[in-house]
Amino acid sequence: MSTIEIVALVLGACTIASGLMVVLSMHPVRSVLYLILTFFLISANYILLNAQFLAIVNIVVYAGAIMVLFLFVLMLLNLSRDNEPRASSVMKLAASLAAGVLVIVLVAALKDATFLPAAEAAQGNNQGLVENLGQLLFTKYVLPFEVSSVLFIAAMVGAVLLSKKEKQIID
Amino acid sequence: MVLATMLESGVSLEFYIILSTILFTIGVLGVLIRRNAIIILMCVELMLNAVNLLMAAFSTYHGTGDAQVFVFFIMVVAAAEATVGLSILVLLYRNRKTVDVGMFNKLKG
Repeated sequence: MSTIEIVALVLGACTIASGLMVVLSMHPVRSVLYLILTFFLISANYILLNAQFLAIVNIVVYAGAIMVLFLFVLMLLNLSRDNEPRASSVMKLAASLAAGVLVIVLVAALKDATFLPAAEAAQGNNQGLVENLGQLLFTKYVLPFEVSSVLFIAAMVGAVLLSKKEKQIID
Repeated sequence: MVLATMLESGVSLEFYIILSTILFTIGVLGVLIRRNAIIILMCVELMLNAVNLLMAAFSTYHGTGDAQVFVFFIMVVAAAEATVGLSILVLLYRNRKTVDVGMFNKLKG
C-alpha cells in the first residue's frame, strides 16, 4: 500500500464520517457546520484527483456562498434543538433499511462493470488546471456557459420576488 | 505535478465510485429520516456533490477536462436550486411558523 493510497483511504473515511454526521446530528447549525467540513474534505479529494481548480471553486462556491446562505436562513428562522422536528423511530428504521439496501444494490450493480481503458494521455494529465478548463469552457461549452447565466438571472429574480413581503401567497 | 495522479498512485477508479455511492446514499438517508426542510435541502446538496466527485474521478481517469466542465454546470444548478429553495422555505416559515415537512400538507387530498 503506497502512501497516497493510505491518504486517499483516510480522506474517504473522513468524508463519509462527516457526511454521516450531517444527517445524524440533531442540531441544525451543527449539521450545517459538518456539511461545510464535508465540502472541504471533498475539495481535498479533488486535489488528490488532480482537479485543482475544481477544488478551489468547490470551496468558494459551496463552503463560501451556498453554506453561508444556509446559515443565514437558519439564523433567520431561529431554530434550535428543542423545536427540531423529529421523525418517528419506525420511519427512521425504514429509511435506514431503504438507504442500506440502496447502497448494496448500487455497489452490487457496479461490481461487475467494466471500464473503457484509460487513454495513454491520462498519465500525468493536467486537465484540472484553470488554463485548460477555461479553454474548454469558452470554446466547446460556450453555449451552455451562456445559458447558465440566464439560469442564474432567473433564479435571482425568482428569489427576490419570492422573498418580497407584499401579500400572502400561501394561506 | 505536485501530487501524483490517481492512475500513477494506484488508487483505483472503483474506490471513487464506491465513495461517491456511499456519499449519495447518505444524502438519500438524510432526505428520508430528517423532517427539517432546510436539512433536506442540504442533503440534496450532498447528493449533488457525490455526483461531482464521480465526474471528477472519471475526468481524471480518461484524461479529459469535459467532465470537470460539467461539474461547473452542476454547481450552477445547485446554487440556483439553493437560492430558490431557501427563499421558498422562508416564505413557508412566515406563513406556517414551522419548517417541518410533515406540516406542509395543505395540498394533501
